[in-house]
Amino acid sequence: MITVEATLTPTTLAEALEMRAAHPGSVPIAGGTDLMVELNFDRRRPERLLDLTRVPELAELGRDDGAVHLGAGVTYTGIVERLGAAAPALAIASRTVGSPQIRNRGTVGGNLGTASPAGDALPPLVASGASVEVASARGRRTVAAADFCVGPKRNVLDADELIVAVDVPAARGPQQFAKVGVRNAMVIAVCSFALAVDARSRRVTTAIGSAAPTVVSAPEAEAFLAGALDERDGWDRPARLGEAELARFGDLVAAAARPIDDVRGTVAYRRHALAVLARRALDWAWTDYARSWA
Amino acid sequence: MRIALNVNGEPREVVAAWEGESLLFVLRERLGLPGSKNACEQGECGSCTVYLDGVPVCACLVLAAQADGREVLTVEGIAAGDELHPVQRAFVECGAVQCGFCTPGLVVAAHALLEANPDPGDGEIREALAGNVCRCTGYEKILEAVRVASAEMSR
Repeated sequence: MITVEATLTPTTLAEALEMRAAHPGSVPIAGGTDLMVELNFDRRRPERLLDLTRVPELAELGRDDGAVHLGAGVTYTGIVERLGAAAPALAIASRTVGSPQIRNRGTVGGNLGTASPAGDALPPLVASGASVEVASARGRRTVAAADFCVGPKRNVLDADELIVAVDVPAARGPQQFAKVGVRNAMVIAVCSFALAVDARSRRVTTAIGSAAPTVVSAPEAEAFLAGALDERDGWDRPARLGEAELARFGDLVAAAARPIDDVRGTVAYRRHALAVLARRALDWAWTDYARSWA
Repeated sequence: MRIALNVNGEPREVVAAWEGESLLFVLRERLGLPGSKNACEQGECGSCTVYLDGVPVCACLVLAAQADGREVLTVEGIAAGDELHPVQRAFVECGAVQCGFCTPGLVVAAHALLEANPDPGDGEIREALAGNVCRCTGYEKILEAVRVASAEMSR
């Protein structure tokens, strides 16, 4: 067994970045909801842990220029309590994470760091056009949430970098998130879907979770919907969408997925469920738009 | 490694804890507080629920070093001396205990719910306890105990 060296416990971001640079083999830990499982089960023995829970910069939650600045260490409970209006899809998704105990510890930074395609926060970030702020002792950079994960459990983070925050454009229309699992609480998504209606730019954007190597959007479904709405002046005179349109949208979302068979579900089930989730999410969001936003 | 934390109102110190160990391990194996149960070690079952700085968490998912300098309240600290807390009394009165293994976690989770929301509806109770698993599946009695404790506490 490899001995774990003394845990690093920075109390400022600058200190955390220096420590990260000095110990590239260190593994950052925030809420621990993924990493502690690996330690408890002896699946992983990192040479050092870098505890980020005492870095105040990572717990910041603010708003400027029409965007929410969400520190990487803000918990899902914090998001549910404070971002229901500004980032509804993210707040809905956060409410489906684990259990109260898990939501009290888990963070969006952790979801991005783990980079599982099943991370509940990821589809809302991609659908709402969020960007990820990354920092190292060398400087800062911003990566689109859609480009942050590059494969299952793989992201663009360099060995000396930390995820600092996520900037989420404040919602300019209804948003939805829906997920399938074997029960309401404590499930890893079999598949999930997020959708954002932007009443200003007149676009509907999508993202699919847990049904491709990374979270992906469904551009053909978005284009189909844009065309259907243009054709009948849908943005200015919105009406509920017809069954055929909703079904077509759902099918195009399902077609954009690249699911696999695994312990949680089959390819066929995931595609079927995604079509249903997408159809419903669009119906909910568009009905909301017609009622309150147009 | 040496960590100093406050547990159930008392300052405690732990020496030579392994860097990767959990708060749950520290509580049970190093501080002699076996009330918090060790079952799944992955945050699924809620049997190890404790308060960390006033927030209910799974102790198995907290790195011991993260609890350094913090306040922990375990199920052992819920009662006021020999006087059971209304939540504990309600679990006894309602027979909301079968094998008893999940009980400590449920007591802490129910305590946290009623502290925040003294008069919860059934939906709120179910959601608040969704992270606590009872494998004897005695959920009806557990829900009843929370309702009884709620009535007692809001009286």
